[in-house]
Amino acid sequence: MAHILLRHRDVENIHKLDVYRANGGYEGLKKALTEMTPAEVIDVVRASGLRGRGGAGFPTGIKWGFIPKDAEEVYILINTDESETGTFKDRELSEKNPHQVIEGAIIAAYAVGAKRIYNYFRGEFMDAGYAMEEAVQECYANGLLGENILGTDFSCDFVCHYGAGAYICGEETALIKSLEGERGQPWSKPPFPAIEGLYSKPTVVNNTETMANVPQILVNGAEWYTSMGTEKSTGPKIVCMSGHVENPGNYEVIMGTTYRELIEMAGGMRDGKAFKALLPSGGSGPVITADALDAPLTYEGLDAHNSVMGSASVIVMDETTDMVWAAQKMIHFFHHESCGKCTPCREGTFWMEKVLHRLMNGQGTEKDIETLNSVAAQMKGRTLCALGEFAINPVLSTIRLFPEEYKAKVKNSQSEDWEKALATQ
Amino acid sequence: MSDLVKLIIDGVEVEVPKGTLIVDAAKQIGNDIPVFCYHPKLEPVGMCRMCLVEVGFPMRDRATGEFVLDENGKPKLNFGRGLQTACTTPVGEGIEVRTTTEPVKDAQSSVLEFLLSSHPLDCPICDKGGECPLQNLTMQHGHGTTRMVYSDKLHLNKHVPLGELIYLDQERCIQCARCIRFQEEVVDDPVIRFHNRGRRTEIVTMSDPGFNSYWSGNTTDICPVGALTTADFRFGARPWEMKPAASLCTHCPVGCNTTFSTRREAKSGGKHVIKRVMPRQNEWVNELWMCDKGRFGHHYAADSAARLKRPLIRKNGELVEVSWSEALDFAAGKLQQYGTAVAGLSGDRLSNEDLFQFQKLFRKGLKSHNIDLAARRLAGGDVVAKVGLSSGSNLKELGKGDAIIVVASDLHEEAPVWWLRVKQAAERGAALIVLNVRSTRLDKYASHVRHYAPGQAVDAVRQLVNFAKVEGDSNGDALSAAAETAANANNLVIFYGSEGVDYEETAVIAQHLANLLLMKNGDGHAGRPNNGLIPVWPHNNTQGAWDMGVHPAFGPGYAALETPGLNAAAIYEGAANGEIKALFVMGADPVGDGLMADRGQLEFLAVQELFLTETAQLADVVLPAQSWAEREGTFTSGERRVQRYYPAVLPIGDNKADWQILAEIGERVGLGKPAFAASLIFNEVAKAVTQYKGMDYRTLAQVVKQWPDVGGEDGYYAGNAQKNRAGLGQVWASAAESGDAVAYDVAETAVHVNDGLALIRTAALYTPGTLISQSDVLADRLAQPTISLNAQDAAQMELAEGDLIDVNVAGDTIAALVHINNTPAGLMLLSGVPYVAGTAVAQIGQEIKD
Ligand SMILES: Cc1cc2nc3c(=O)[nH]c(=O)nc-3n(C[C@H](O)[C@H](O)[C@H](O)COP(=O)(O)O)c2cc1C
Ligand code: SF4
Ligand code: SF4
Ligand code: SF4
Ligand code: FES
Repeated sequence: MAHILLRHRDVENIHKLDVYRANGGYEGLKKALTEMTPAEVIDVVRASGLRGRGGAGFPTGIKWGFIPKDAEEVYILINTDESETGTFKDRELSEKNPHQVIEGAIIAAYAVGAKRIYNYFRGEFMDAGYAMEEAVQECYANGLLGENILGTDFSCDFVCHYGAGAYICGEETALIKSLEGERGQPWSKPPFPAIEGLYSKPTVVNNTETMANVPQILVNGAEWYTSMGTEKSTGPKIVCMSGHVENPGNYEVIMGTTYRELIEMAGGMRDGKAFKALLPSGGSGPVITADALDAPLTYEGLDAHNSVMGSASVIVMDETTDMVWAAQKMIHFFHHESCGKCTPCREGTFWMEKVLHRLMNGQGTEKDIETLNSVAAQMKGRTLCALGEFAINPVLSTIRLFPEEYKAKVKNSQSEDWEKALATQ
Repeated sequence: MSDLVKLIIDGVEVEVPKGTLIVDAAKQIGNDIPVFCYHPKLEPVGMCRMCLVEVGFPMRDRATGEFVLDENGKPKLNFGRGLQTACTTPVGEGIEVRTTTEPVKDAQSSVLEFLLSSHPLDCPICDKGGECPLQNLTMQHGHGTTRMVYSDKLHLNKHVPLGELIYLDQERCIQCARCIRFQEEVVDDPVIRFHNRGRRTEIVTMSDPGFNSYWSGNTTDICPVGALTTADFRFGARPWEMKPAASLCTHCPVGCNTTFSTRREAKSGGKHVIKRVMPRQNEWVNELWMCDKGRFGHHYAADSAARLKRPLIRKNGELVEVSWSEALDFAAGKLQQYGTAVAGLSGDRLSNEDLFQFQKLFRKGLKSHNIDLAARRLAGGDVVAKVGLSSGSNLKELGKGDAIIVVASDLHEEAPVWWLRVKQAAERGAALIVLNVRSTRLDKYASHVRHYAPGQAVDAVRQLVNFAKVEGDSNGDALSAAAETAANANNLVIFYGSEGVDYEETAVIAQHLANLLLMKNGDGHAGRPNNGLIPVWPHNNTQGAWDMGVHPAFGPGYAALETPGLNAAAIYEGAANGEIKALFVMGADPVGDGLMADRGQLEFLAVQELFLTETAQLADVVLPAQSWAEREGTFTSGERRVQRYYPAVLPIGDNKADWQILAEIGERVGLGKPAFAASLIFNEVAKAVTQYKGMDYRTLAQVVKQWPDVGGEDGYYAGNAQKNRAGLGQVWASAAESGDAVAYDVAETAVHVNDGLALIRTAALYTPGTLISQSDVLADRLAQPTISLNAQDAAQMELAEGDLIDVNVAGDTIAALVHINNTPAGLMLLSGVPYVAGTAVAQIGQEIKD
């Protein structure tokens, strides 16, 4: 099957403007600018059922529709912070097929009346950023960015910005603060970016992959798009396969593909070992076990298994994996990345890491498992942004699905000595 | 009525203005939703998550936009959005808030458990213990125990100086950012910030010196835990041991309401000691704030070893201790001995009762009008009586459509809380017009700035007023645009001060500005609330001194005298040439201030003082007075608010209140039995000063409910110092309020032309002086004598940054450091030295090499 998003795998040098154009590039933009009103563009995107690929899956057309029609200054932000554990799709898109993202963003800008696009890269994404900047230069040189794009009245600029490398700066409001030169911390919504975003102006924040979907929706129409996938999850999706599979990497599939099929695409389990569990959404989503492998990759496909597709960064774990160890790794990440703004996440991630660390070192007690569970429960629904919500998932789900592994940690410990030590403190 | 919104909180219906936050709406019906990061004077951030509540939002039909109704015909509520932070969620029509349900209680105890997980729990040695919101809310909503294993706790530094005034205990900090937000949003000194992220987040200072702000102490008040403490108070006392005594700051004309927290302590020999000063809420004056000068600059009063303790009389050339009766008999006898060759000079930090009694002693007892302020700086009290800021005003109400003019004053250095309130008004949209010879910290917020040439302040003001007279004649000049803005403003408030202008010039400036206020443009400005003139007096009760008639030409209440007495200048001259034979100086040090060289030809000199000043050292009799901390009285602020203060500590030595000493001398010169209470003298004041009619100590002590409501269990602050139970004071009405003010026919004044480099003394909040130099905590912040000029002028004079040079000012030679900045060409600014009037010609001496 030919790729829709990862077209660079089919067409050599598509990162170059002439190659991209020779393969139908910027036709979507041309159509939007010359044949459609902004409202019509939004309608097509809405009809396509395209949902945000950054994880939350918010319908893109509806998001664009929130921008006040009379706003004087509107911004488009492309979110290329991509810091979720096991996620590396936006990087490939930016490095190898940057024009498709740029084109999508210009179309978005036209649809909402923005005159400036910012692309926010995580600090480490130098290669991706440079590739994108080169493509942007080509656009400026060829009338695709700047004044009077494609000879129309529409003008728009494109700026690449590099963060300092913080997971939280992928959260849209933290991203905005960081872009403004402030401390990268989320704010409590409302106000939503669509009303008060960058520099307090209405702002659309979209994931890189979301943008990459837009040009072909314009060219081929909403129906073409909805013909792929399921009713609520349309179109193609890039899945980042990593962990204990033979061939880790990005795979473009149609929504609805099962997790079992995904593992097969990635060459099956490493060294023929048995499958144990997988994290469907990097560290942010609850783990799932073999009983969920036939679930479809859709926004709602894992509902029955208490998990989520998220950004589709699938980390596969085989039978050799110590699940407490895995939970500890994830919590270490969240503790390290918690911005510290709100109490439950700042304190809870710190606390959970301490307890897991003790468990891993054979110093845990039965009570610690209870504590872990309830600390996580106490964070739920009380944090300022979703990072704190994500952080509890690997812990709660591994305790739920692998309780015996936690108990084993306690048994191994010199727990009695430990309790004695506690009592004498 | 569409601006009001009805909602239900725990079954109680409440109606509040649109935009009100749920937390504030609840508070209005006595429902204290617990908070930490929220503070009503700061923008809400929703960080701490303590205020989570259940909110049901009425459901609307997507198609029609109408409410979806339930079987009872009431709008259906959607509680499905989860817990909401009451501090960031505004009220909405028909919403229902639940603050006591299980999910809410669970959230509250969870957040508290989190906050306490690494908290050191050193309440038994914590400065906040006893008035700590974290303690109180834990008692109300928290767990009794912790599940955090001790060794898992995070341990951090407990004594981190953020500069030498404020210390941070990193373990106690709950990262609520109130301190940071206060510095950023309220006072625009963003000198402290969060560093690092997650659990590693810490507060750091980014300035040199650390925490470089005149407002730093306020962060210790609003910090909801004992993480921030002042060097002055930390480890000094436990909050519950201290008694609050309502007082007033004595450092500037703002008149900030304060509370002394005092206790008796063994280490001070069982004496009552002032442990700290905190702002006392007065939303018309200082709201919840005060500057660091007021907070740290009180030690001269009760703690100074230099205080006089007993009356002294010169015997055989030496000042020796005597009894009160001997001292008073002596003073009374001498004052009567020289007929009309007697005069009195007073300071303007004394209370209204003292000042009233002072003029009474001279006018009624000694039959002399030869009284004046020892150091006259700013004229126009009589003008202020006509067009001063109207009663019923509150600077907090100024905003869009209003204008504020500030002439010849650096409010940030002279009256910090006024600077703050003017800045905030400008941020709310008021036009700010600044006229000065140089840039000050107000310029940043100003819509119109005019830097006039040295010596041309009067001319600039006159031009401004003239431009305003000619309507619509905006000729492109910045000043004319400013005039038009001022003339057309809904409300107009004008401050004027004494930077670079002398006494006579300020008199003219005041009259010009009065005319601007009286100009009939629509209703005219003078006389309406939120309009009028505010003098930036040099001291805290200069206004009271004018009101009481400590003036050679006015009696109490600005009653003009037919035959005025001698003014200060004439009195100094008379002392030198023998025309004045007996001089009584109260609360002033003319010799130390360089106003009087020596005793001159005086035959008798009496000094009533706190300290053995240079003048007192030359006196025949020295009468030791009580500081304001030891007694009660009233001061009148620059906004003409008459305010009471109360005794905080017992008197030092045998000292008496100034009014009492004066009354006892008065008895000896035939004024009858002395009054025995300050309140009785105030009753006399209220009779003699017509403007004070109807005031007495009870009316001045009245309070009304203020918003925000502080000092309860609410968590903004849990102690008893901020709450105002002792009085909000009363503002006396200007003549314009009853239509009794007419425009001045202002005399033309010659335009000052300056040859060569001009020199102007500028104010610095921490200018060393008898009073603040006695606060050890401020020692490192005292302003050094500094001369500022621009690079070209410096180059021409071969001066470089940091040079130490001699400057001759008014006959004195001062060694000053050279500082090169954006001072206008042809001008030198001298700061860190006592007041110098007007615009002088600079005389620079040799560079001092060591
Ligand atoms: C902690 C956190 C990290 C996030 N990181 C990313 C990210 O790296 N890239 C991204 O596109 N969205 C990220 N998001 C989601 C964004 O907030 C936002 O929803 C998204 O960029 C919207 O774009 P979309 O609608 O196209 O998905 C993150 C959200 C959270 C809470
Ligand atoms: S949930 Fe975590 S990352 Fe999000 S605001 Fe709170 S502390 Fe910061
Ligand atoms: S020092 Fe106090 S006010 Fe500042 S963040 Fe910490 S707890 Fe809050
Ligand atoms: S602003 Fe003035 S009155 Fe208020 S504390 Fe400071 S010096 Fe005192
Ligand atoms: S989150 Fe509302 S008070 Fe802190």
